[in-house]
Amino acid sequence: MVIKVCVGSSCHLKGSYSVIEAFKEILKKYDVEDLVDLQASFCLGHCAQGVTVVCEEQDTLMLHNVNAENAEEVFAAQVYPLIQK
Amino acid sequence: METQHLFDTNVQLIKYKVLREVIRRAYEGGLENAYTIPRAIAPGPKPDMRCCVHKERAVLMERVNLAMGGNRENPNVVEVLYEACDECPASGMMVTDACRGCLMHSCQAVCPKEAITIENHRCVIDKTKCIECGKCAQACPYSAIIAQHRPCIKSCKVKAISINDEDKAEIDNSKCIQCGACVVSCPFGAISDKSLVLDIIKMLKESEDNTKYRVYAVIAPAIVSQCRFGRITQVVTAIHKLGFHQVVEAALGADITLYNEAREFKEKAAESDAPVMTTSCCPAFVRFVETNYPELKDAISSSVSPMVMTAKLIKHSDPTARVVFIGPCAAKKMEYTLEKTGGMIDSVMSFEELQAFVDARGIDTTLCEDTELDNASFYGRIFAKSGGVAQGVAYVAGQLGVDGVKPCVMNGIDQCRQQLALLRAKKATANFFEGMACDGGCIGGPLSITRSPRNVVDVDKYGNEAKEKTIDNSVKLYNLTQQPSQS
Repeated sequence: MVIKVCVGSSCHLKGSYSVIEAFKEILKKYDVEDLVDLQASFCLGHCAQGVTVVCEEQDTLMLHNVNAENAEEVFAAQVYPLIQK
Repeated sequence: METQHLFDTNVQLIKYKVLREVIRRAYEGGLENAYTIPRAIAPGPKPDMRCCVHKERAVLMERVNLAMGGNRENPNVVEVLYEACDECPASGMMVTDACRGCLMHSCQAVCPKEAITIENHRCVIDKTKCIECGKCAQACPYSAIIAQHRPCIKSCKVKAISINDEDKAEIDNSKCIQCGACVVSCPFGAISDKSLVLDIIKMLKESEDNTKYRVYAVIAPAIVSQCRFGRITQVVTAIHKLGFHQVVEAALGADITLYNEAREFKEKAAESDAPVMTTSCCPAFVRFVETNYPELKDAISSSVSPMVMTAKLIKHSDPTARVVFIGPCAAKKMEYTLEKTGGMIDSVMSFEELQAFVDARGIDTTLCEDTELDNASFYGRIFAKSGGVAQGVAYVAGQLGVDGVKPCVMNGIDQCRQQLALLRAKKATANFFEGMACDGGCIGGPLSITRSPRNVVDVDKYGNEAKEKTIDNSVKLYNLTQQPSQS
């Protein structure tokens, strides 16, 4: 799976980098670091609902309003089940 | 909008009018009849620039040609406009009517070559002896002696311009570093840069509103000094309105360049007792070293320029992206074609062209809403001024624990030549050389809308407004793109 965190200006101001840091920790905690390629992306076009995160496996899942605090909750509920092991 | 007051000179204004008309027709039709543009701009019947309206139109036709891409067989981005070149006198030291035939003859006294005689109570200079040192001109109490040189030749620090058999300026491509100094200096606007703006318009149109691929604009940090009308955040909106998917600061790539250069210096310091490195961000400087100091070529940093680095970051996250660099630089139009940039940049637009583009599309920047722009750090943003890179590298080197960086700021080609000569003679005291071809750095770039002393204040202010005070987050982003794809 590829997880892209938007680092466009708008998301950047809302804390993209802390989301990236949070995802790094979460991937480690769930032991899926080898299965997920964590990347940054320039503007994904949803500036009003940032930080935007896109997960690409077979389908594409677009997550909005992600922040460092809710990252794990969002990951566990929506992203983790999609990771193909 | 009062465009007359936008530019520093009338030459820029004419160039702008041509570009604006070419761009307007590219959208609204009429470009196939480009030959009618000169007449539209100079309707006559009286001339306002040249001897007659026909000459004006002949020159304008050359400008239209450059705006549409110019001579594609000439690899130089800077070209002489044959009709526009006014064959300026270049007689060297000349005695004017102000000579009063005084008794003192201080001109004669200071001449080191005994080239001056007094005939009929007037000073006469023997051209075969004169070395054009200018001492007589300084000595004359009446300022009666002047130096008559062609502004283009005087501006060219690498002596690439000569006068041909037809008395026109001619550029030697093997010597030219494409810095664009002559473009700024020619009072007749007879040397100018080719525009790629039609390629860019085609690219935007064929993207079908960024659906087939996305077109990104990478803006040089010097842009803040150009926003005379509206704020930088409004200019970003205006660029969006031209059809670009996103605007990214080249300063983001500059952060990475700082990081790479500091690391590279560390490696060099580990290998050698006397590490020496120069910057690689200014393409005209790099070419200057390659052609004038080839023995110092290995000292040039292997880091790619901030422009290329930013494009790399973009294309990593969006592989089909097209990237257009927008800056004040003529040499960038050369750099992007170089093999070492790996085709990362798809085209280059100047600030002058951006202004023409925005106006041709009827966009009023002052009415645009603000679009946030914040990708880069303070240090990346001050790349635009002379001394900015050195300041950044010294800071990053300190963070990485690299000792012994002794920066030397080379502002303009004259200073570059001086310091590189010392370096070649192994007499340099510094070991990290920041080279910028334009005086003042990129904010003095030849394709800027304005080159006012205020520019440096604007750049510092913009740097201080960066949310990121350090390059850490930019480096994190870079490291993320360095991970091999695992899925």
